[in-house]
Amino acid sequence: MNSTATQTGLFSTDRRDKWWVGPLASGLGLAAFGAYSTWAAAIGVHYEFGPYLSPFYAPLIKWDAFPFSPAFLILWAPLGFRATCYYYRKAYYRAYFMDPPGCAVGEFRGHGYKGETSFPFIIQNVHRFFMYVAVLFIFMLGYDAVKAFTWDGQFGIGVGTIIMTINVLLLGSYTFGCHSLRHVIGGKTDCFSCTKFGPVKFQAWRGVSFLNSRHQLFAWCSLFSVGFTDFYIRMCSMGIFTDVRLL
Amino acid sequence: METTMSVYRGDKNSGRFVDYKVKQFEGMVVLDAIHQIQAEQSTDLACRWNCKAGKCGSCSAEINGKPRLMCMSRMDQYNDGKPIVVRPLRAFPVIRDLVTDVSWNYEINKKIKPFKPKAKEADGTWRMQQYEVDRVQEFRKCIECFLCQNVCHVLRDHDKKNEFGGPRFLVRAASLEMHPLDTEDRIDMIKDSLGSGLCNITKCCTEVCPESIKITDNGIIPLKERIVDAHFDPVVWLWRKITGKPAQPTK
Repeated sequence: MNSTATQTGLFSTDRRDKWWVGPLASGLGLAAFGAYSTWAAAIGVHYEFGPYLSPFYAPLIKWDAFPFSPAFLILWAPLGFRATCYYYRKAYYRAYFMDPPGCAVGEFRGHGYKGETSFPFIIQNVHRFFMYVAVLFIFMLGYDAVKAFTWDGQFGIGVGTIIMTINVLLLGSYTFGCHSLRHVIGGKTDCFSCTKFGPVKFQAWRGVSFLNSRHQLFAWCSLFSVGFTDFYIRMCSMGIFTDVRLL
Repeated sequence: METTMSVYRGDKNSGRFVDYKVKQFEGMVVLDAIHQIQAEQSTDLACRWNCKAGKCGSCSAEINGKPRLMCMSRMDQYNDGKPIVVRPLRAFPVIRDLVTDVSWNYEINKKIKPFKPKAKEADGTWRMQQYEVDRVQEFRKCIECFLCQNVCHVLRDHDKKNEFGGPRFLVRAASLEMHPLDTEDRIDMIKDSLGSGLCNITKCCTEVCPESIKITDNGIIPLKERIVDAHFDPVVWLWRKITGKPAQPTK
């Protein structure tokens, strides 16, 4: 059933606004982060400075038999979490797959479209398993941030301490606003007053919903903060930056 | 101030854009301009409208390429000196001018299993808490303007009308499925008949909704997660095997 008013073709639209700015910015942002994080993870050096540990290497697993950078032992988890995230799916389906490039903007038409019903995109359904691991990682990164307050057995705060703390707060806000967590923690319940711990589930669901309504914001802020935290620690480790001690 | 309106004129076989000059007044909306054209220049221009208050969902169209309600689109936001282009919804067949045949939507609606409340309590009533129904009341705001159906690329570009019900009916299914009193199981129907897996959550439906319903975040994604529970989560499957709990423990 086709409308006779239909125009076809990639990017065909009557829209006059700058609809392409969003997908372009998302595409460039994700590509820039992907390039930097791959490089930072692959080189396997300058990821520690004093009590600081780069989030690309946390939790740090030093396994002599593993011939590559230790970052590759752990990065699959945050990568999988973000790659299957409901927000990032929107971002990269628009930016890279152009499916669609924008709302009411033409794309490659075809009846072969399968969405997320077949391989490879049916794999998106594993998102909740990555979420479970990502929640564990938040606690591990929180532990690293607490450790960053200790200098030679003494309490201390450096600029890096603050950066690591903000990073874990942003990552936590992103992770605890996950759509899958929202479902698991209470969203699957229809009648809260009819189930055990219903009021607790409802409050938990409401809390996750609050963060979930800002999921896009925290997705980008946490992506930037992870990259910047690694960059700062790397620069300190290389002697390019001097970490200022505040306390 | 005079503004040029470029309005689609045609039927299911062919059509073209015709330019009309209208006098713009303060507070004027696009539907006013269409009515002015009907009254003064082209009495046979067809458009569907009713309330002129953004609540009946009749006057859906594409204005400068964006799916919108004509009655809620002020003319002064388009004062860029170019003609304002008004065309019918692209995802549905044109009947005449700005009127499209949206009857396919009503056929999809028939696929959705109706509300099936649990047994009444001893005093002959049902009870539910306001905070439990707030979630589904958001979906009840839908005015069936079908802008979400029109902008959804699965229907608009891929023409999957035989396999996909569209955001409007996923939201309607969600409004029933998440109701605290409902006992019906619609998960397989949502997955298979409404084709929820075809939605790749690019959120255009949410962007165009005139009632600001969070269609994707609050409707479609929670349904997708329930489908993961039922079909794609081996841990849930094993837990149900061990405990003998039904597929939808919350019902």
